[in-house]
Amino acid sequence: MVHKSSVPLHWRMQKSRYNLIGSKCVTCNTVFFPSRILCPKCRRKGKLESFQFSGKGEIISYTIIKVPPEGFEKNIPYAIAVIKLEEGTNIAGHVVGDIENIEIGKKVRAVFRKIYEDGKDGLIHYGLKWELEEGNE
Amino acid sequence: MTKRVAVIGIGMTKFDEHWEKSLRDLSTEAGILAIKDAGVDGSSINALFIGNMSAGRFIGQEHLAPLATDQAGLNPIPATRCEAACASGALAFRKAYHSILSGEHEIVVAAGAEKMTDLKGTDAIATLMGAGDQEWESSIGLTFTGLYALIARAHMHMFGTTREQLAMVSVNNHKNAVHNEKAQFPKEITVDDVIKSPVIADPLRLLDCSPITDGAAAVVLASERIARNIAKQPVWILGSGQASDTLALHDRKSLVEMAATKVASRKAYEQAHMKPEDINLAEVHDCFSINEIISIEDLGFCEKGKGGKFVEEGKITIKGEKPINTTGGLKAIGHPVGATGIRQIVDIVRQLRGECGPIQIKGADNGLALNIGGSGATSIVHILGTEPEPITS
Ligand SMILES: [Zn+2]
Repeated sequence: MVHKSSVPLHWRMQKSRYNLIGSKCVTCNTVFFPSRILCPKCRRKGKLESFQFSGKGEIISYTIIKVPPEGFEKNIPYAIAVIKLEEGTNIAGHVVGDIENIEIGKKVRAVFRKIYEDGKDGLIHYGLKWELEEGNE
Repeated sequence: MTKRVAVIGIGMTKFDEHWEKSLRDLSTEAGILAIKDAGVDGSSINALFIGNMSAGRFIGQEHLAPLATDQAGLNPIPATRCEAACASGALAFRKAYHSILSGEHEIVVAAGAEKMTDLKGTDAIATLMGAGDQEWESSIGLTFTGLYALIARAHMHMFGTTREQLAMVSVNNHKNAVHNEKAQFPKEITVDDVIKSPVIADPLRLLDCSPITDGAAAVVLASERIARNIAKQPVWILGSGQASDTLALHDRKSLVEMAATKVASRKAYEQAHMKPEDINLAEVHDCFSINEIISIEDLGFCEKGKGGKFVEEGKITIKGEKPINTTGGLKAIGHPVGATGIRQIVDIVRQLRGECGPIQIKGADNGLALNIGGSGATSIVHILGTEPEPITS
């Protein structure tokens, strides 16, 4: 059972999940994705602003999941990677495309796809996935 | 006010799939054994702390601590539940220790319990993911095996750690468990068994993973005054450290080390006036084979990146220079998440009292326990010893 989430949660997370908007601390120049309301380095001395990520990144580790939690049974096998974003922070996400040839160091870019369905009558969750770039060698 | 606290009693249930026993039965059984072993009367116990990760989701039961004192006939003493995912047990132990150091209590029970097999497998996997970042890890179908697979792949890529070295961790744990009557899987396995077992989250396979288990463990802690009066073989707490890191794995600076383990162990070593090389034996948190390798490095038993080699060279075996998980580890004893941290203390005490038979580490006078929550967001280290005086090296 993935935590059955409500409409308000998804509405709240729209900006980050659908538009790749995180935050940047203008005091120390650190970027965050997903966004935070406090810079953990500067704390109250920090000042956070919205920050648009380009959606380009590189795989720093990955796994192919064969035994899923409830709600992801139809997706297996699926690839999840830790992606280092071009602007300098990491995120975990699904990798789509030619996952047979997934490797550390390969470039990916953000795309929007279905993540899972909350049961038969529930919400269909769309979100961020990461597609392997063409011409990755 | 006491400065020294000892473990004076230990007890645990068999770790297993206990279809016929409830969580309350298990925690009561472990508590009775520990109190009997301590040789104290229930009426002399001042407080109880119980580690439990997720009874609310595993069996729908919250408010576990007064349930435990109720079932054990210990009411009306204060009862507190501690939660730090898979490190809940060590957290209960640490809080029990602090409550005696504070001067308020003299005899305290620290327990840990988890009932995991009432849920079907995919639900149990999702419940365990409650220890990860719900919004950015669990919600995309990343499992705990998946998180540790990401760590394993990065470690293999960066340091050349091999698939076989990971397997050797599980092989050593199973070998040690053969002599442990409380273990869920007391049987030997081979490297080949591990690397041919089904893939769960590549590169980790079934036999890299600790199982889903029911079980409980309990210990009785006492002030120095009580311990010296009544315990035949008190085992002293020499150091206790705890540290935190980001909840989400991807937010860490490094995927191949656990900063919280480094900080927590440094604190425990300082308090005990010890160095990593002084440790005689260790219980480390092998929820997945890679975590034993990373922990060996972060505890300072070898250099970063050399953990796989350390295992391959046999240094972690019963006869090796740093025996690790001498009773079978999470892999072979089983991992009822909230109970594991207390079970580690039970097994170190058994070793230091000389009760371990064929797996006894001869001459061991200290041991270290590392209990980790989630993918490393909580790390708790305890050092125990047969002598209360700090050993200076
Ligand atoms: Zn800042």
